[in-house]
Amino acid sequence: MIVSVASGKGGTGKTTVAVNLASTQGSRIRLLDCDVEEPNARLFFKGAACGHPETVTRPIPEVDEGQCDGCGECSRFCEFKALAVLGRRVLVFPELCHGCGGCMRVCPKGAIREIPKRIGTVSIHTADGLSVVEGRLDVGVAMAPPLIHAVKRKALASEKGDTILDAPPGTACPVTATLHGSDYVLLVTEPTPFGLHDLTLAVEMVRELKLPFGVVINRADSGDDRVREYCRKEWITVLAEIPDDRRIAEAYSRGELLVEALPEYRTLFKHLWDKVRGQS
Amino acid sequence: MKIAFSTSGLTPDAPLDPRFGRAARFLVYDTERETYTLIDNTQNLSAAQGAGIQSAQHVAASGAQALVSGHCGPKAFRVLSAAGVTVYTSSAATVADALKAYRDGTLKALTGADVEGHWA
Repeated sequence: MIVSVASGKGGTGKTTVAVNLASTQGSRIRLLDCDVEEPNARLFFKGAACGHPETVTRPIPEVDEGQCDGCGECSRFCEFKALAVLGRRVLVFPELCHGCGGCMRVCPKGAIREIPKRIGTVSIHTADGLSVVEGRLDVGVAMAPPLIHAVKRKALASEKGDTILDAPPGTACPVTATLHGSDYVLLVTEPTPFGLHDLTLAVEMVRELKLPFGVVINRADSGDDRVREYCRKEWITVLAEIPDDRRIAEAYSRGELLVEALPEYRTLFKHLWDKVRGQS
Repeated sequence: MKIAFSTSGLTPDAPLDPRFGRAARFLVYDTERETYTLIDNTQNLSAAQGAGIQSAQHVAASGAQALVSGHCGPKAFRVLSAAGVTVYTSSAATVADALKAYRDGTLKALTGADVEGHWA
C-alpha cells in the first residue's frame, strides 16, 4: 500500500503524521521524503545511512554548432522557450528546460545531444529496519519533480512492504509528482480559516487526480468548527484528530518522534493506519 | 541604423513601454530613412515563461542594432548581447522622447541586466 501525506497549507503537520505513522509500523515501512526542497523526515530517525548520497541529474540539450545550420526548428518546437537561435548560435537556458528531448528529435541535422545536469541527491537511511529515502534538491535548482521521481524510483528498487510518502506543501507540480501512483492520500489540516481555505484547494487537487483521500485534523481543539463542517458537507472522512497539545510541538522541535516522547499517542497512529488500510 | 523601442502603441507618439518581454509591440525606427515598422509581440503577453528570450529574438531578427526599453532582465540581455544589440534604458514618456534622448546621447547603455528574472 502506498500512502501519501499532503496538505494544502504548509506547517499543518504532514511530517509529524508521516514520521509517526512510519515509526508505529516499523521495519515493514519505507518512508519517502519527497519534500526535496527542505527534507526533514530523517531528523526524526537517528539511524546510520546505508551507502553514499547518489547524485541525480536531468538531461539538458547541448548543440554542436559545427553541425547546426540555424534553421530554428529546435527553438520553434520548445514549449518552454529554453532555446534561442541567433544565426548559427544556439543559446540554451537550462533553468527553463523540462528535459522532454523534443529539440533533439526535431533537429534535422542531428546537432543536439543530451548532457546530464546535476539537480540534487538521493540517499537511503535505515533506523531499526525502517528505511527513510531522502531526496535533497541542490540550492538554486528551480524544478523539484525530476528529483521526486528519482526518489520514488530508488525506493521501488528495494523490496519492502508499505510505503509512506511525505509530500511537499501546497498543490503545485512537486505535490502532484509525489501523489501520482498513491493508493491513498492523507490531507493534514488545522481548524483555522487558512487551514480550511488551503484544504479546499488540496481536496480539489486529489479529486482531480482521482485518488481516495481522508483528512487528519491537527491541533484539533484550537480554532473553530469550519473544517469539520466542510468535511461533513463534502462527505469527507476525518480519520483522526490530533489535539492541540503543546508537548507535541516541544517534542517536534527537539527532533523527537511523538510516539516515543509521548507514548500515549501510539494508539492514535496505530488506529489511523488501520483506518487507512480499511479505506483504500 | 535601426533602433527598437518597446511600446504599447502604434506611432512614435505612443508611450514607451517600461517592460521589455511583455511589451505589446516594438517600434523599429530607421534613422537613415526616417521611417518605422512595427513588430507585434502580443503572443508573449501571456507566455508562461521565456517572454524576454522570445522578444529578444524578435528584436534581433528585425535588424535593430539598439534597443530602448525601461528595463532588461538577465535572459533577455543574454540573447540581445549575443545578437550584438546594445540595450539602453530610458524613463522617457513616449517613443519620440526616447529617440530624441538617444540622438542627444543621454541614454545609458546597459552592461548587464538591470532587473532580476521573474522565473528561474
